[in-house]
Amino acid sequence: MSETLSKTPLFDLHVSLGARMVPFAGYEMPVQYPPGVLKEHLHTRAHAGLFDVSHMGQVELHGADAAAALETLVPVDVIGIAPGKQRYAFFTNEAGGILDDLMIFNVGGYLHLVVNAACKAQDIAHLKSKIGGRCEVRVRDDLALLALQGPGAEAALTGVAVGLIPSVFMAGGRVKLAGIDCLVTRTGYTGEDGFEISVPNAHCEALAKALLAQPNVQPIGLGARDSLRLEAGLCLYGHDLDETTTPVEASLNWAMQKVRRTGGERAGGFPGASVILGQLDNPSSVKRKRVGLKPEGRAPIREGVEFQDSAGNKIGIVTSGGFGPTVNGPVIMGYVDTAHAASGTKINAMLRGTPTPVTVVGMPFAPHGYKRT
Amino acid sequence: MTTRYTEDHEYIKMDGDIGTVGITAFAQDKLGDLVYVEQPKVGRKLAAKEDAAIIESVKAAAEVKAPVDGEVIEVNEAIVADPSLVNTDPEGAGWFFKMKVSNAAAVAALQDEAAYKAMIA
Repeated sequence: MSETLSKTPLFDLHVSLGARMVPFAGYEMPVQYPPGVLKEHLHTRAHAGLFDVSHMGQVELHGADAAAALETLVPVDVIGIAPGKQRYAFFTNEAGGILDDLMIFNVGGYLHLVVNAACKAQDIAHLKSKIGGRCEVRVRDDLALLALQGPGAEAALTGVAVGLIPSVFMAGGRVKLAGIDCLVTRTGYTGEDGFEISVPNAHCEALAKALLAQPNVQPIGLGARDSLRLEAGLCLYGHDLDETTTPVEASLNWAMQKVRRTGGERAGGFPGASVILGQLDNPSSVKRKRVGLKPEGRAPIREGVEFQDSAGNKIGIVTSGGFGPTVNGPVIMGYVDTAHAASGTKINAMLRGTPTPVTVVGMPFAPHGYKRT
Repeated sequence: MTTRYTEDHEYIKMDGDIGTVGITAFAQDKLGDLVYVEQPKVGRKLAAKEDAAIIESVKAAAEVKAPVDGEVIEVNEAIVADPSLVNTDPEGAGWFFKMKVSNAAAVAALQDEAAYKAMIA
């Protein structure tokens, strides 16, 4: 690789904490710290983990027309996001496929978006070219992003906060943490209660150190971030979602509010609307679905492994798979033909050429710990 | 007892014509926490570099290859029940299998400890 890797503001801290650094989406990122993926995963579920996710893109949309403009790119109710609330969304293409998934936070006066690191350049170009005339697209390269996740996250955040912190899942606001003005949302990518904290690059290390000084907060690498999100049933773009996958196939119907669907006040009007609304209106037309699956044995079954029916016909593929430390067994996310997508259906995964029984199950694999009220 | 090492990070520890095979501390560290081990069957005849055991860590799948030609005479069931033994004691309690080695000269041709350490340095 001749490409030069970028560093987040926490690079030196990661190295000093003994992290193993790997190239990821153009950045040098910590895949694990000395305890290793298994212990880091279990620590997050039991206490609190601090993740550096500064490689992700942060973009603001300013202007009175910003929410309406963004609705032309996503099949999601953006206008209806109340100030202080956040919502999950995805950019679609003309074929109804997913260009990237993102979080939209209505800060009050403007929208704060968080997009995937690997897609951020194209997302920014997409926003500028499609809606740059209707609102100001402001790229916030000067901001880093930390995630504090786990049942101990609230106590740890409270320990460094002055004033109130967001009280429920998907709420957010400005909070002073360790003396630094931050934007905090009660969200995350682990299935646990927790927060994402947008902080100026210059103050990121000081904040990270203050959070790590709180009782039972450990730094967690990308390895555990992946096993945590898989157990939580959350999609990883480029694996579980891509430009050939529609949100309906991806079982993301819940993220498309009624107001954007057929019969809704602002139905359609986003790329691929005819495909996506067609699938929502006629579920039997959907050929495949994203489902969770559990193998009978102990062997992890990984991305790319094919599913077959008992006659040996290919009926799907694993898009994320591995060992779930909390489940204490292998877990799979993948796509199967709709006829095999019902919970309880038994099919085979072709593990190293051997048919291995797996059963379609509901997700998440590990219960969510979101603070909903 | 002599111990020799392969380029794929297996070790073989010889006692007479019986070799105990496992993966090195360096290899387990690179793989990360092991979560699954599938052992070869006792009695299976292996050729050098043939896949013998399958291992899965939290990160990836890998194989443990036979360092030399021989026959599997015993497998360590303890690491099937608790794969983390391979991480905590790779060159002790975390051994994989014992093989009756067909040709002692093939073992002597593998890297000694100094050569292996130089390779991973």
